[in-house]
Amino acid sequence: MIRSEILQEIAPILRDHLVICNIGIPSQELHAIDDRPTNFYMLGTMGLASSIGLGLALVQPKPVIVIDGDGSILTNLGTLPTIANNPAPNYILLVVDNGSYGSTGDQPTYTGRKTSLAGMARAAGCERVVECRAEETGDVLQEALEADEATVIICKCESGNAKMPVITMDPVAIRDRFMRAVATD
Amino acid sequence: MNIHKRIAGDLVAAGIGFVTTVPCKQLAGVIEEVDRHPEILHVPSNKEDEGMGLCAGAWMGGRRSAIIMQNTALGVTINTLATLIQFYRMPLPMLISYRGEPGEPVACQVEMAVHTKALLAQLHIPAYHFHRQEDVEELPKILDYTFMCSKPVAILTDASFWGGY
Ligand SMILES: Cc1ncc(C[n+]2csc(CCOP(=O)(O)OP(=O)(O)O)c2C)c(N)n1
Ligand SMILES: [Mg+2]
Repeated sequence: MIRSEILQEIAPILRDHLVICNIGIPSQELHAIDDRPTNFYMLGTMGLASSIGLGLALVQPKPVIVIDGDGSILTNLGTLPTIANNPAPNYILLVVDNGSYGSTGDQPTYTGRKTSLAGMARAAGCERVVECRAEETGDVLQEALEADEATVIICKCESGNAKMPVITMDPVAIRDRFMRAVATD
Repeated sequence: MNIHKRIAGDLVAAGIGFVTTVPCKQLAGVIEEVDRHPEILHVPSNKEDEGMGLCAGAWMGGRRSAIIMQNTALGVTINTLATLIQFYRMPLPMLISYRGEPGEPVACQVEMAVHTKALLAQLHIPAYHFHRQEDVEELPKILDYTFMCSKPVAILTDASFWGGY
């Protein structure tokens, strides 16, 4: 399975929750599959989805699901200790670990070789870390929503991208729509 | 009241309830106060761009946020300032220790000091330079201004400012 197939499968779970989505093709795919006011699309700033999601989870009670990538986690590794040491029970970090920089042409990252993101998350102090196969993502995500504990999911999947249009929404419109969704009961 | 308490109090009075920090020697006192303040959630970050991500998320969650960092961190955060904070139009007060000004003992700090105001100007980030003790009186107004216009705003605090306390 590739990322777009995973997103397609978990879209019915995502649609009821606040979602911070990784830069580039991941956001384009989610936007095309199920555009919701509760989705915050990163149009730039590689690496910060997990941090934005953590800040959001720490200040309000709704569950926050971050859809991130292995390359983005590797570029902002400092995020793992921050997640571990500032536990937000409503925080779920779902790393789509395709072992590549998907958006830029599937160049390999080190997670396809010796590096384990689950191991790094555990070493950083994250307590609920689940590594799963792509096919299991929906179940693992549902369990994480019920766990009431900060969860890091490392979803091992194949590299590849669906061809989706670039997001042309204005960033301020994305952000304003998202903030209204956060604020409504 | 000491300056550190005063600054933490001004942050809270401006409605700020989330602060992230990366330490600088000059900022030790204010970071301690922020950490101690019951109305501030203090989440130390490991790099300042990470910290700006945390601030963006907290602000979108309804909590006003701020970052406390050294001016060298401007070199780390240019991309984040442009493509996250400015692109999505988010307010972000940045309390910055302005290392490398007269009184500085470490030569290397001067290397980023000479770029600090130029980088801020290039990014069209409003910047205020606190040099004398009484400059702190401007802080509440600067914080209000930041949230009024939804921009990143820099408050540069140099060695003379801190040396006065
Ligand atoms: C600072 C910076 N460097 C490089 C890029 C180019 N870039 C955009 S997305 C991306 C790949 C992200 O990979 P990953 O997080 O694993 O997501 P995937 O597309 O594989 O799901 C890269 C390298 C960028 N946007 N910013
Ligand atoms: Mg990837």
